[in-house]
Amino acid sequence: MIRSSVLRPLCRLTVSKPWGKFRIPQTVSSPCLKATYATKVTPKLTAEAYPSVKRDSKYKQLSSEDITFFESILSQQELLQANDQDALEFYNEDWMRKYRGQSRLVLRPKTVQKVSQILKYCNDNHIAVVPQGGNTGLVGGSVPIFDEVILSLNYLNQVRDFDPVSGILKCDAGLILENADQYLAEHGYIFPLDLGAKGSCHVGGVVATNAGGLRLLRYGSLHGSVLGLEVVLPNGDIVSSMHALRKDNTGYDLKQLFIGSEGTIGVITGVSILTPPRPKAFNVSFLALENFQAVQNVFVKAKKDLAEILSAFEFMDSYSQDLTKKHVENLNHPFEEEHPFYVLIETSGSNKEHDDAKLEAFLESVIEDGLVVDGVVAQDETELQNLWQWRELIPESAQAGGGVYKYDISLPLKDLYSLVEAANQRLEQVGILGDAPKPVIRAIGYGHVGDGNLHLNVAVREYSKQVEEALEPFVYEFVSSKQGSISAEHGLGFQKKNYIGYTKTGPEIKLIKDLKNHYDPNGILNPYKYI
Amino acid sequence: MSSKGLRILVPVKRVIDYQIRPRVNKTKTAIETTGVKFSINPFDDIALEEALRIKEKKKATVDAIHAISIGPSKSQDILRNCLAKGADTSTLVDAGSQELEPLAVAKILKQVVEKQGSNLVILGKQAIDDDNNNTGQMLAGMLNWPQATNAANVEFENGGDRIKITREVDGGEEIVSAPLPLVITTDLRLNQPRYVGLQNLMKAKKKPMDKLKLKDFADLDLESRLKLLQVVEPEPRSPGIKVGSVDELVQNLKDAKAI
Repeated sequence: MIRSSVLRPLCRLTVSKPWGKFRIPQTVSSPCLKATYATKVTPKLTAEAYPSVKRDSKYKQLSSEDITFFESILSQQELLQANDQDALEFYNEDWMRKYRGQSRLVLRPKTVQKVSQILKYCNDNHIAVVPQGGNTGLVGGSVPIFDEVILSLNYLNQVRDFDPVSGILKCDAGLILENADQYLAEHGYIFPLDLGAKGSCHVGGVVATNAGGLRLLRYGSLHGSVLGLEVVLPNGDIVSSMHALRKDNTGYDLKQLFIGSEGTIGVITGVSILTPPRPKAFNVSFLALENFQAVQNVFVKAKKDLAEILSAFEFMDSYSQDLTKKHVENLNHPFEEEHPFYVLIETSGSNKEHDDAKLEAFLESVIEDGLVVDGVVAQDETELQNLWQWRELIPESAQAGGGVYKYDISLPLKDLYSLVEAANQRLEQVGILGDAPKPVIRAIGYGHVGDGNLHLNVAVREYSKQVEEALEPFVYEFVSSKQGSISAEHGLGFQKKNYIGYTKTGPEIKLIKDLKNHYDPNGILNPYKYI
Repeated sequence: MSSKGLRILVPVKRVIDYQIRPRVNKTKTAIETTGVKFSINPFDDIALEEALRIKEKKKATVDAIHAISIGPSKSQDILRNCLAKGADTSTLVDAGSQELEPLAVAKILKQVVEKQGSNLVILGKQAIDDDNNNTGQMLAGMLNWPQATNAANVEFENGGDRIKITREVDGGEEIVSAPLPLVITTDLRLNQPRYVGLQNLMKAKKKPMDKLKLKDFADLDLESRLKLLQVVEPEPRSPGIKVGSVDELVQNLKDAKAI
């Protein structure tokens, strides 16, 4: 009975991706999840949950002529209509199962020309459209509110070109992020962005929402790495800057407008992006700290001592680890004792010995200085992946108890954690935090210290108006009072549409509205959201 | 036995990390090792963990845990981790680039057992690089000690004089008992190894590591008895097909004699 033949082939199924997010438990030491998503109840229709939002009568209701037109340009596979068996839930509901639209029509064009034809027709006929990528958004931006037509980029999913000298990748917007990354891995390159939904989200979607993710600390935001875009405007015009170069200083940088525009002024159909060489050596260390000040001190030191090999610096509070421990089985937490804060540090570079030496010197000094009370270093690939799990399984664990309210905010580093404390205090005051039947399990905090980005997750037993009212606008007011941003990387979408004023000033909002009206005078793109 | 404590020897091997997909080199003479991550053989990690647990949980009186690795000089990295996790002392037998067969390894270990005065050897049932599953058995044979292979549970009996071992066997478990001295080889379910703590990793630098060369075992015949002819990749699996209908599926299954 050769057990190792069980051991090794299994792990071959997962190409070694220490930074990957969706590591399906396949190895012996991988965790078993106790529950997946507890919110199996069909979410309320968004229109019912938010009765103050009304369908705008300027948008045309779909008629049989419209369907006939779409059928004339699209194949059977490219067009899905709601029927008795299928209400198109997959496209109408968001990933968190918090919002549910009522669209009766999904269009999945296979060419950019068809996208153009569809938008032109909808614009001429005042038909509202929701552009949709992998539908992994966290603010309800990728699902319809009422009967908007869903324009899915699912079938625009090819790599168009890759230049192994410059590292420039050109691809369709509907290419799944993980597929793009695997394609790049074969050529020794890496996608400069990584996030939890990598197995489902689209390259175009992450650009349209300006997603941040785990590699931002190292490779910067998409505003820097995206070199060019192909965009279809509401009037059907195809505007392309896909030929873009690393350096191009000829006038307005128009692509920047579409990065983070959340599908409100144009539909991204192609992306040209600069990709860095894939690191060869990875190290992960998991540290325990006494307070948030120590987290900041260790971060400053990591930037200095680890410098160019530092690729992730994630912090987690003890509540987040508690919830994760309850949710996963068969995965040892690195520490037996509890500590108020934990930090995961990843280094990646081209020379293992060099990285090891640097990391070792850094770790020795933070321990000697007393900044870190305890710590472990991954000794092999399995441990490395398991340590990442303690960070990556938090979002899922936070949701496992019934649901989660997610706030993704930027704050000055010194104030980063104070929001979690304030939120718990507030929930306690209102009297809704505690054991069942109280609706709130706990507010937890984790996130990307390197980017000043906190994920405040409020784990709940069920979604309710009471919880929402306790948190909003409380959270936004708090953030605004500290000059933070109410959305660091998730965007505004539907959830935060009304709160843009907490971060953007009046003149800024006016400029944004002017731009929206200029590019989308009929307002057909992603209505009821963003602005 | 009760008068004298246990002296546990844990042999460990440095192998290509088990999460890494091994690639055959161009000349088909070996596995490509340049730029590849190496780690401790997972079964050996389990062996060390078991030795540590015996000591920590005071299942028996343990005088010393000694880790040994025979291989290239870089094997000291994994020995350092063993020391950090709690081994008291260690030995590196630097074999350079020479590959040793299980018999040669067992011969060296026998001498080390005698020199160390070990009375319990715990090692992985096999290394995941060559999958031989021989060393523990050969060592027990040469020492004329009892052996319990593929251990899934280890318990001390009779005040620490005997050990009861649950073995993984085809179709179930087998429970055996043997007196010390003894050789135990470990299977996957025995335990889950711990992480290396930072403080311990720093302290481990001060723990002793004897460094020996193969020529220090000059009296042994360590020559290989097998000649390696070729290393080849397993044949790739043929990709699946999509069928259009249930009838087609049934026909395909029939053609494949699956139903």
